[in-house]
Amino acid sequence: MNQVVKDYLRTDKLGHIWCPGCGHGIILHQIIKAISQLGYNKDEVCVISGIGCSSRAPGYMDFDTLHTTHGRALAFATGIKLAKPEMKVIVISGDGDASAIGGNHLIHACRRNIDITTIVFNNNIYGMTGGQYSPTTPTGDLGTTAPYGNIDRNFDIAKLAAAAGASYASRSTVYHAKQLEKQIKDALEVKGFSLVEAMTMCPTSYGRKNKKGTVTDMLLSYKDNYVDVDVFDKLPKEKTEGKIKMGVFKNERYPEYTEEYLKIIERLKGDKNE
Amino acid sequence: MKNNVKFIQGNKACVLGALDAGMTFFGGYPITPSTELAEISAVELPKVGGKFIQMEDEIAGIAAAIGGSLAGSKAMTATSGPGFSLKQENIGFAMMAEVPLVIVNVQRGGPSTGLPTSPSQGDMMQAKWGTHGDHPVIALTPNSVQESYYMMIRAFNLAEKYRTPVMFMTDEVIGHMREKIVIPEKDTLEIYDRKKPDSKEDYLPYELKEGSFVPPMAAYGEGYRFHVTGLAHDETGFPSNDTKNAGKLMDRLMNKINNNLDDIIDYEEFMIEDAEHIILSYGATSRSARSAVEQLREENFKVGLFRLKTVWPFPEARVLELSKKVKSITVAEMNLGQMVLETERVIKDNTELLFRGKGNGEFITPEEIIDTLKEVL
Repeated sequence: MNQVVKDYLRTDKLGHIWCPGCGHGIILHQIIKAISQLGYNKDEVCVISGIGCSSRAPGYMDFDTLHTTHGRALAFATGIKLAKPEMKVIVISGDGDASAIGGNHLIHACRRNIDITTIVFNNNIYGMTGGQYSPTTPTGDLGTTAPYGNIDRNFDIAKLAAAAGASYASRSTVYHAKQLEKQIKDALEVKGFSLVEAMTMCPTSYGRKNKKGTVTDMLLSYKDNYVDVDVFDKLPKEKTEGKIKMGVFKNERYPEYTEEYLKIIERLKGDKNE
Repeated sequence: MKNNVKFIQGNKACVLGALDAGMTFFGGYPITPSTELAEISAVELPKVGGKFIQMEDEIAGIAAAIGGSLAGSKAMTATSGPGFSLKQENIGFAMMAEVPLVIVNVQRGGPSTGLPTSPSQGDMMQAKWGTHGDHPVIALTPNSVQESYYMMIRAFNLAEKYRTPVMFMTDEVIGHMREKIVIPEKDTLEIYDRKKPDSKEDYLPYELKEGSFVPPMAAYGEGYRFHVTGLAHDETGFPSNDTKNAGKLMDRLMNKINNNLDDIIDYEEFMIEDAEHIILSYGATSRSARSAVEQLREENFKVGLFRLKTVWPFPEARVLELSKKVKSITVAEMNLGQMVLETERVIKDNTELLFRGKGNGEFITPEEIIDTLKEVL
């Protein structure tokens, strides 16, 4: 076991619940590596999740951790961050958790620009309940509740966050682990709402049903199909067909919610003293 | 003390009580007839360094309040009927994870959007059974503006003491009615703060220490690095599917309330001693019930009032005792029959049970209660 794992995970709570071949462990590893590089004190970090496979990750992490109700992680996290703005607050969510049942909380956390970093473990499916289509299941793909092919159009979570007002929004994959780690680190350093969409394979509930081959095939498909946004925009149209953009979609700065609230408190103190 | 006498509405008295109890976090969403609680909290909290946030919906309002409480704040949310329905999921979370919290429900006419500006007491059973699964419930109900103030302090004290959400079941009449109240000197108030752990060494967030009924509670950001989940969990706070452990957890959650009924249950008795007939009522309706008692006493009928201040847990022992002494009990409430069912369960066939209910958004008058009682007088 490498040192960063020993330092930041509750090793006594491992092994994890994830299936063989699941990509979630890679994202978890990149998150703790990013935190380790930033040198955060473990006592100042709080990790909050909702419900789903991804949402079990905080239980393995040696910080203050909270496993909430389905979709609501960001709303709980908002309360924690507002009550203790000095804490580093991280939300871990799945695609269904973040963009279906928690979609309203997601767009409003973005709009409010509260200093929370959200990592979405996007495996394009409801894995824990056994493979029902989610808002990110590609149109035409199969799910147990889309037995004739998914007719829903799918969300682009990173772009949704960018459009809803987040300071930082990016996407990477578990194949591009180094880039993913860099994005997480950058997102954590943003004073404001940041979101990293991490594409991850679910061989059990998505891959098998959609004949995506072996776990290695699924992993390599990220290499083949994800193109960095800067490169993507320069490529001729025929070369971008069927490809998906990754990289940083937004990196801007807006007033941060808890800082604005503290300004009100300070202003009222001033009024009292006059 | 200057300005300690005020003429204010019940909703404002709730917030003043909450602030004096030490509330520093309010997460909410606007809904009639509870909105003043959010508005006044928004004005007052930042003045004392507290935090108010209007969230995107009712679900998020209570979720943020739970987050605030876990981070160490005394927290509350406020709502009415439809919002109370939306909050049920996270009320269950707070019960399971043992997070102190006060939820004010300024009851209005239901079901659904119902009668937004009319009073009701139609959510009493929802307070008990609204969230899924077995669970312990503390619910209080005030009948005046002054009592709204004191009872909010009690609600916070109970929430902190028993590590549980406490439901404050007021109604549109009490919430919007203006009355004179006297704000007491702060040092005369008894304020309870949650028990904190003594040491970070071997801290188990759900370990019951000998002689106590709730585990001490650390806050996020204090270096305890603990885990909280809505899943069944063991003393470590981590999920456990073990049925023996789940049974132990359920027992502990139920027992912390059921073994402390004397401390939690509160009621008022008016002219009960020689009463042959009792009116059992609560909240705004109990004001009509009291007036009915006074009018009937003038006619020399031996009638008394038993007023619930704690609705849940129901004062079962006392109601049972009274039922053996009187000729009838009349339950009066602004719904089509809720606490009357609990009363019936408790008193069995000991005495005649009458009911005066109303579910159309109208207040129950003393005369209507008297009409019902006249059947047995």
